[in-house]
Amino acid sequence: MKTALSTLELRRAHTLDDALAIMRAEHRVPIAGATDLYVGLNFGTVRARRFLDLWPLDELRTISAVDDRLVLGALVTYTAMIASPIVRERLPMLIEAARQVGGVQIQNRGTVGGNVANGSPAGDSLPVLAAADAVVVLRSVDSERRVPLTAFYTGYRASVMRADELIVAIELPRVVGAQWFRKVGTRAAQAISKVVVAAVRNESSARIAVGSIAPTVVRLTATERALASGAPIDDAMAALRAEVRPIDDLRSTAEYRKRVTENLVRRFWSETA
Amino acid sequence: MRFTLNGAPVEVDVHPMKRLLDLLREECALTGTKEGCGEGECGACTVLIDGAAVCSCLVPAAQAEGAAVLTIEGLGDAHPLQRCFMDEVGAQCGICTPGMIMAACVLAPDASLDEIRLGLAGNLCRCTGYSAIYRAVQSARRQ
Repeated sequence: MKTALSTLELRRAHTLDDALAIMRAEHRVPIAGATDLYVGLNFGTVRARRFLDLWPLDELRTISAVDDRLVLGALVTYTAMIASPIVRERLPMLIEAARQVGGVQIQNRGTVGGNVANGSPAGDSLPVLAAADAVVVLRSVDSERRVPLTAFYTGYRASVMRADELIVAIELPRVVGAQWFRKVGTRAAQAISKVVVAAVRNESSARIAVGSIAPTVVRLTATERALASGAPIDDAMAALRAEVRPIDDLRSTAEYRKRVTENLVRRFWSETA
Repeated sequence: MRFTLNGAPVEVDVHPMKRLLDLLREECALTGTKEGCGEGECGACTVLIDGAAVCSCLVPAAQAEGAAVLTIEGLGDAHPLQRCFMDEVGAQCGICTPGMIMAACVLAPDASLDEIRLGLAGNLCRCTGYSAIYRAVQSARRQ
């Protein structure tokens, strides 16, 4: 590991109340399954030095259906989502996404709260959450607030989260209509997305979210409006080409991403017709 | 810090952010667990924590506290998977083998070839082309 251990400091929280009190008192980076953090530590690219381990907080591992909402505790792993009958019934596209995260080893440790907090543009669960109109539940010692995922990110790996807040849960309203998910990477397993699309179609209306094409996960609102207005698919794709502005990076080119995004959205629209 | 290692209780004094991989190799002198990529891509460092496969290069030592950790050494020398990997020549250079075997350990007894492929998707092998590995796992299933 390239990061000197002697420069790192870890505290462990054993209850959520403990964790929130520590976050108020000291500036620490919370960690859950640590699958992304240790990639950075191993390569010496992480600047943070003080961490708070949330892994022992079993109270954040529940999956429940409350009224019409599906509530995922922040520490719910991909493996737990895949195994959950409630998730299977209500949000099958999340299971599709979870199955395509890394391999089994990563699915056993990676968490939904970690994926949201980490805020990678390529986070595989994020388009699903954005298309499902998910709400991020943030708690501090003395407050709790709910922020729609689509308003959560303010830029590349930046969010509205305050330094003393923790993500405690992700709430998902009931999704009506057909759910669709597709990840395009270099290979089926262990690949970081070049383009990842999650979408919901309810008759003529659509909610389409895409990852890896912008600094944050994005909803294709102009494309959604075009489709909802009953415009022909080719017109909607003109709206898509105008609003999708990916970049070239080591995983893909902007042109490729744009083309693949269009192809995937066309496929979504025809497969859910 | 206390945890159970291959069935026996152990107590170690380590930095809580030391990688579980380094804890096993350096403090516990169990060098069967290999480091491949150091970024969770290759699965060579796979061990089981409370029965679930993890990349030990991505787990802080603190998260093993109180848990049961199983490494390749914990299988002894005559586990069916170990024999079948030898019989089917499922190992060439051998770096991926301990991780492959640990990931294969948690597959369902009736796993189909597709399920085996999926269960081992987080383990990369640069020598065998995988066919011999899948044959070894299938053969061990039958024993």
